[in-house]
Amino acid sequence: MFSPSHFTAVLLFSLCASLVFGITMRDTTARMVRYGIYCFILFVGSAIALSWIMYFIAH
Amino acid sequence: MAATQNNLPGAGKSAPQGFVYLPLIAGWLIPGAGHFLLRKWGRGVLLAFAILCMFIVGLAMQGKVYSDAHDILDMLGFAGDLGNGLLYIGSRVLGLGAVQVQTTVSDWGTRFIVVAGLLNVIAAVDAHNLRTGRKPL
Repeated sequence: MFSPSHFTAVLLFSLCASLVFGITMRDTTARMVRYGIYCFILFVGSAIALSWIMYFIAH
Repeated sequence: MAATQNNLPGAGKSAPQGFVYLPLIAGWLIPGAGHFLLRKWGRGVLLAFAILCMFIVGLAMQGKVYSDAHDILDMLGFAGDLGNGLLYIGSRVLGLGAVQVQTTVSDWGTRFIVVAGLLNVIAAVDAHNLRTGRKPL
């Protein structure tokens, strides 16, 4: 059984979802790459931000 | 905002010939196949890689493959799994995936499989849009 850490799972999820979002939501290659990177940063960034918010709520 | 005849989607192009839903159906059954039919090899390979990777990682994490629905959440998960097309059917036939979610990692795996199906539907609809001219080739 593959047991990644929570952060590795976030990275894998973000990579795959961003790849599909980038290709399907934009027309040109340059805009696809930019939007894919933008989605990836938002996915990972929001996961980190929410994790810190939950940490401070719990403490 | 007024749209003129020239900037309408598909304006100036001939009407699509043949069965326009073929890329949609092929893309749903096999990830990336809709784009391969339209000779979008690079996009097809990347989409197939992303969706297959997500599905296989989900199975490797002992994610649940929905086979029946007892409540509304199960129904939504089942609908998401169906988006995987032949991958879903193959995993059911081969008995892959967990029957019951017992660990946290297994729960993540279940989400990976559902989201792989939803992403596959998005990719198939994109292939359909390319085929009909709604999105420029």
